[in-house]
Amino acid sequence: MEREELRKLQGERLREMVQRVYDKVPFYRNKLQDTGIEPGDIRSIEDLNKLPFTTKQDLRDNYPFGLFTVPQHDIVRLHASSGTTGKSTVVGYTHNDISMWTEVVARSLTMAGVTNSDIVQIAYGYGLFTGGLGVHYGAEKVGASVIPISGGNTKKQLQLMEDFGSTALACTPSYAAFLGEALVEEQIDRKKIRLKAGIFGAEPWTEEMRTQIQNLLGIKAYDIYGLSEIIGPGVSMECHCQNGMHIFEDHFIPEIINPDTCEVLPYGELGELVFTPATKEAMPLVRYRTRDLTRLHAEKCDCGRTLVRMEKCVGRSDDMLIIRGVNVFPSQVESVLLEMSETKPHYLLVVSRENNLDTLEIQVEVEPQFFSDEVKELEGLRKRIHANISSILGISASIRLVEPNTIERSMGKAQRVIDKRKLT
Amino acid sequence: MIIKQLSVFLENRTGRLTELTGALAEHDINISAFSIADTTDYGILRMIVGRPELAETILREKGFAVKITEVVCMIIPHRPGGLHKALQIISDNNVAIDYMYAFASGECQATVVIRADSLQKIIAVLQEHKMELLQEGDVYQV
Ligand SMILES: [Zn+2]
Repeated sequence: MEREELRKLQGERLREMVQRVYDKVPFYRNKLQDTGIEPGDIRSIEDLNKLPFTTKQDLRDNYPFGLFTVPQHDIVRLHASSGTTGKSTVVGYTHNDISMWTEVVARSLTMAGVTNSDIVQIAYGYGLFTGGLGVHYGAEKVGASVIPISGGNTKKQLQLMEDFGSTALACTPSYAAFLGEALVEEQIDRKKIRLKAGIFGAEPWTEEMRTQIQNLLGIKAYDIYGLSEIIGPGVSMECHCQNGMHIFEDHFIPEIINPDTCEVLPYGELGELVFTPATKEAMPLVRYRTRDLTRLHAEKCDCGRTLVRMEKCVGRSDDMLIIRGVNVFPSQVESVLLEMSETKPHYLLVVSRENNLDTLEIQVEVEPQFFSDEVKELEGLRKRIHANISSILGISASIRLVEPNTIERSMGKAQRVIDKRKLT
Repeated sequence: MIIKQLSVFLENRTGRLTELTGALAEHDINISAFSIADTTDYGILRMIVGRPELAETILREKGFAVKITEVVCMIIPHRPGGLHKALQIISDNNVAIDYMYAFASGECQATVVIRADSLQKIIAVLQEHKMELLQEGDVYQV
């Protein structure tokens, strides 16, 4: 499709969507009225920058179903990000949304060379997380044989990889590297492994990791991007040129903005990625701020596609961390420590990567007035903190009790995170 | 009969204990008994010192998590079976001990520091069996 034709299509879809959210979602009607915009003001894609932004906080404020444009009986699926009730974000899908999602994932897998002769091992988590089910439907659409093994259980992963002859692997890049090393450790003959392609996403990774994974598993490793608010995996996908991820712009309209001024930046400049998923039925969003920092490139790719490409994300414009594919905000840890009577929010998150798996250590200061001189009491406290934090974050963290006033308190924003993973 | 013990939370960090002993030495505070319960990440230091309140203030100012806990110090003969006899009395009377540590104090006697939920009960039991208990005046500096 030529770019002009695409922009016309985007304009039509945008116009229709703005009218729809204005009619169906009080939040958007109020927001547009506050901005002084009528749906009729949006005539083409050129008018996109007149519209206000949507943030993750808007999703939280409208928890759980406040941004849905369709009645509940039209919703066929719900996914949610991890977090406390107040912090989690819920997304809904109509039957058509699932079809669209299936379609973009199928396109993505096709870009990685997956066909109906392939056996796709899906080691993304299945559940509220969009990774597992998202890739699952797309792989079935392509006609591949799907192994819905979900995450974890490394021995079983390797056994089925060998016995079933998996030819494609979909999971987080860190788990792919972990499986690659396990393959070496278990001394499995590489000739018995038929893998040729990997579809890896849901967390940031570097070119060095790509080389490592490709060597360990003897495959070509493709980067897939997505977030549940927009649809899940399949918002953009790398082609065989491995030179940026093609955004499926017919569904997800991308922009790059300056995160401080919100001004739209031209192609090639680094800024915050914003998406308008114009064709979503259940929960279309107007200019959703992903907080991911990257660049867009519009030059035609060597593969022949004209779809805009996005670079690997180089960071975040907020303090969110992605640990083992799970979104973690320091403020979640803070809320747990504030709720517990024996702790104060003096903490530090230390993220590292050991054997290709992310580790999270949370240091918590012992409060002098609650300090007990019995090991069993302190260990009890440590276990309570561990249980509360793990249940909120959705991942396990090791808790280290430290002496009072040893975690730096700066005048302004305290340093809450040390990330030792060295990602770009 | 109830002795004030100083308990301090210590991270397993080189030099941290030296900072603590240094601060006490600087203020002429004598340490008569000392024990550390350790885990992988941290330790709990327990000690009987000459001036417990002053030591608490000094260490708190130095940023330590510190508190005063009450314990009983029992004096037993420093010879085979001495500790056994004392513990037999305690267990026969169903007194639960949270923790204890002991040190030889002189040629012919040893002191056992005991922390229990009910100090009054343990004191009563030990006195009834004619066990000798350390008095406040025996340990505190004046
Ligand atoms: Zn391409």
